[in-house]
Amino acid sequence: MKRVVITGMGIYSCIGKNLQEVKESLYNGTSGIVYDEKRKDFGFRSCFTGQVAPPELKKLLSRRERVSMGEEAQYAYVSTLEALEQAKVSQDYLNKNEVGILFGNDSTAKSVIESIDVIREKKDTTLVGSGAIFKAMNSTVTMNLSTIFKLTGVNFTISAACASGSHAIGMGYQLIKAGMQEMVICGGAQELNMLAVASFDGLGVFATDQRDAAKASRPFDKDRNGLIPSGGAATLILESYESAIERGATILGEIVGYGFSSNGEHISTPNVEGPSRAMRKALNQASMKPEEIDYVNAHATSTPVGDANEAKAIFEVFGPKGPHVSSTKSMTGHECWMAGASEVVYSMLMMQHSFVAPNINLENPDEDSEKLNLVKKTLDKKIDVFLSNSFGFGGTNSALVIKKLQ
Amino acid sequence: MDKTEIIEKIHYFLVDEFEVEEDDLTPEAHLKETLELDSLDFVDLVVAVESSFSVKLVGDDFKGVVLLQDFYDLIERKIS
Repeated sequence: MKRVVITGMGIYSCIGKNLQEVKESLYNGTSGIVYDEKRKDFGFRSCFTGQVAPPELKKLLSRRERVSMGEEAQYAYVSTLEALEQAKVSQDYLNKNEVGILFGNDSTAKSVIESIDVIREKKDTTLVGSGAIFKAMNSTVTMNLSTIFKLTGVNFTISAACASGSHAIGMGYQLIKAGMQEMVICGGAQELNMLAVASFDGLGVFATDQRDAAKASRPFDKDRNGLIPSGGAATLILESYESAIERGATILGEIVGYGFSSNGEHISTPNVEGPSRAMRKALNQASMKPEEIDYVNAHATSTPVGDANEAKAIFEVFGPKGPHVSSTKSMTGHECWMAGASEVVYSMLMMQHSFVAPNINLENPDEDSEKLNLVKKTLDKKIDVFLSNSFGFGGTNSALVIKKLQ
Repeated sequence: MDKTEIIEKIHYFLVDEFEVEEDDLTPEAHLKETLELDSLDFVDLVVAVESSFSVKLVGDDFKGVVLLQDFYDLIERKIS
C-alpha cells in the first residue's frame, strides 16, 4: 500500500479568497456571514448566508470554457488554480501524467432553474444555449475542470450531501493508496445562491434568531437555533509519497485514515452510532489511539440535534480527556457539499501554523458539549494529527485522519 | 432592416459575446477556421440571432453556411 500525502491546497470561501486570507480569518475568528434581504422577499424564514464574490475569469478562461461553468465550477476552478500552484504542478505536468479528479458536489439548482425558466418562456430548448447542460449536471465541476486542465485520470463527482467533499478526499486517498493513481485533484464545491437552499430553509433548520449575522452560527452553544448556508470551493492535491518526493514537492500532510459509515436510520436526523463508527474506523485505519489526535474539526452545523449527537459521538470515541474540538462552521456557516474538503483545508492551515481556530459564539455549552474540550478562543498550539468529521442527509458519515509527515 | 444594420448587429454579438477579434470580421472569414466557432458555438449563434433579430434558426438553416458572408445572407433571408 502506498502512502498518500497532500502537496497543495486552494480555497475560495466566505472567510477568504485564498489560503492567506482564510488563515487570517481562522486565526482572528472572523465570521463570513451576512444578512441577505432578497431572501426575505423570496419567502425564506432565515436570511443569513455566507457570501463570496463571483470570481473574475474572463482573463483566465476562454468563452467556450466559461459558458459551461456554473457558480460551483467557477469557485472550484479558482481554488484548484491555487492548489496546483502551491503543489507546483504545471499544465505541462498535467499533460504528461495521468492525473485524476474527484470532487464532492450535490446540486446545480440555480443552473437548472434558470435554464428551465428560459425554455418555459421561449418554448424552444435550443434557446437555453450550449452551456446549460454542462452547468446543470451534478458532475459539472469534474467535467469542467477535467476539460480545462486536460486531465486523463479518474474523473467523477461524489454526491453524498454534506459529506461529499470529505468522501471525495477519502476516495482519492483510497485510489492512490491502492496504487491505482499517483495524483488526484480532490475537493468540494457548493453553489451559493438562494435557489439552492430554499427547500432546505423550508425544513426549518436554518438559524431562527435573525438579530446578528456574525453571531448566528453558534455550534455547540446552548442557544444555537439552526445552521447558516454557505458555499465556495476547496481543493487538495493528493499524491503518493513517492510521486511527491520524485517531484521535489513540499509535503503538507499525510492522510492516514478514512472512516465511513451510514446511519441506516432517519433521512435527516443524525444519530450517535454512525458518526462514532466512522471516527473509530478512521482511527483504526490510521493505527492510532484516540489520545494521539490533537484536534477534531467537528461537523457541528449549529443545529440542536446534530451538534448534540456529534458531541455525544466525540465523547464516546475520545472520552473525558479528549482532544481540542472546534467547529469552523461558527465562522463559515455550513458549506455543505464543499464542507468536507474546506474543513480539511482549514485544519491543515491550523496544523501548518500551529493554532486551533476558535468555535466562535460558544458562550454557554450545553450538557453534551460541556464534556468536550471545546476551543472558544484562538489557541496557539502545535498540531501533529487531526481528525475532520463530515456528516450528511441520508446518514452518510465520513471521518479523515491527517497528520504531519514524520 | 437593411444589410448594413444586419452586419452591424452580427458583428456586435460576435465581438461582445463570442469574443471574436474584430479584425477577423470580413465577409470571407471562415466561421470555423477563422473565427474558431465550434459545433457548440453554433447553438449559441441560434440564441444570439433570436435575441438580436427575433428569428428562430434550426440546425438545417446552417447547411451551406461556411463563411461569414453566408451567415449574413442567411439572416437577411430569414428576416425578409
